[in-house]
Amino acid sequence: MENAKRLYEAVLEGDAKTARSVTEAALAAGVDPQKLVTEQMIPAMDEAGRRFECNEFFVPELLVSARAMKAALELIRPLLAARGAQPAGRVVIGTVKGDLHDIGKNLVAAMLEGGGFEVIDLGVDVSPERFVATAREKEAHLIALSALLTTTMPSMQATVEALQRAGLRERFKVMIGGAPITQKYADEIGADGYSENAAGAVALARRLSAPM
Amino acid sequence: MHPTIELLRAARPVLTDGAWGTQLQAQGLQPHECPDSWNLTHPDRVLQVARAYVEAGSQVILTNTFGANAVRLAGYGLADQAAAINRAGVAISREAAAGRARVFASMGPTGKMLLDGTITEAELDRVFEEQAMALAEAGADALVAETFSDLEEAGPAIAAARRTGLPVVASLVFDSGRDKDRTMMGVAPERAAKALEEMGADVVGANCGQGISGYVSVCRRMRSATGAPLWIKANAGLPELEAGRAVYRIQAEEFAGHGPALVEAGADFIGGCCGTTPDFIRALRLRIRKP
Repeated sequence: MENAKRLYEAVLEGDAKTARSVTEAALAAGVDPQKLVTEQMIPAMDEAGRRFECNEFFVPELLVSARAMKAALELIRPLLAARGAQPAGRVVIGTVKGDLHDIGKNLVAAMLEGGGFEVIDLGVDVSPERFVATAREKEAHLIALSALLTTTMPSMQATVEALQRAGLRERFKVMIGGAPITQKYADEIGADGYSENAAGAVALARRLSAPM
Repeated sequence: MHPTIELLRAARPVLTDGAWGTQLQAQGLQPHECPDSWNLTHPDRVLQVARAYVEAGSQVILTNTFGANAVRLAGYGLADQAAAINRAGVAISREAAAGRARVFASMGPTGKMLLDGTITEAELDRVFEEQAMALAEAGADALVAETFSDLEEAGPAIAAARRTGLPVVASLVFDSGRDKDRTMMGVAPERAAKALEEMGADVVGANCGQGISGYVSVCRRMRSATGAPLWIKANAGLPELEAGRAVYRIQAEEFAGHGPALVEAGADFIGGCCGTTPDFIRALRLRIRKP
């Protein structure tokens, strides 16, 4: 596993090229792909999240880590899928109606992909109806809503309500985030979870998509 | 130092203005509307916002052009009107100033990030060049690249602004990290001040962010790293949602109470960002300007 340890480092350092080559070498040497994910890559992403919490990592470091993770996962995912293993979960993500800001949403999407989720990104200014229809059509587990403007926060509530009206509220978990969002607001509108930042969003998504 | 800035700084602190976006919302701007396009469709209401700041005592007022770069305007299908919207924005503020205040024209970020590949440097150069030229042609006294989270994006904006020959203010947002004293990209105030100065800004500073109390130390730390004039425009804390409306908890008096500490910490230009109003500027004037 000495080689595989280098995968942990490559993901943490955000070195996508090395992450890819180390993964290729490990797979060629017969290392179990699932083990690469659970013993190297996920711990590396967790460590990146920890460093983010203590001011050692910021957005650029998180982003390159997520990219390195994704590069390695591209090699591993087909092997796991061939064995019938599922991704960590399927997430429909977007910035809510009326809001055109996408930096935060893109970052969370990259982190979720790095965290092994299948991510369907609907972009910005996404209507409640489109979130609901896409989640249903793609059989998603999670719907992730982003807003930067205080004035567009009500679109989050409208999306939760649209799920209720469609009789689908129980079928999907809803997580929300963005600069003006608080846990209090998440509770008020009946969202299932809130994360203050992109690193926390991955842990939250894992928790929400874990079987009961 | 640019003579315009030198003249203003000689009588520091200079009182700038407060928020535009939240003031336009109070005038009826809806969340799905493009604030900058109001320069063409509702110039009277934009003029009211500008005039209220001049009347409150602002010596420098900005323009309603924060989002008037072609990338942001494209989100509203208005990219082809960038030049017209910017020119109108300067004309409105100049009318309101009527010689009683300087007009510093606002240039905000594109909302895209170089690092994740959603925009290229060439595109940034192009859209900031277009905006800076239009603002300068319309008669702005200076250009303000404000509310940037990424030095890599501020660079092309500052460069484009400099090419007009006008003085340039460059201001970042500090709202990230454990102590909310870093930019989104992790840059601390000391390094930010130096970098902005090296990029060619005549005045460097901080705006928006987490509220005014934290910006006193951000200001002090910038001062420790540069001798350049400092520009500080904090917001009125973080907004909360109340019955569907954004409410800012910090009131004018409390906000203005931090004014003297900002002057002490080295701020040369002081005003407010999101959630601040002409009342905040009036209160600040009483605290920081000699009678």
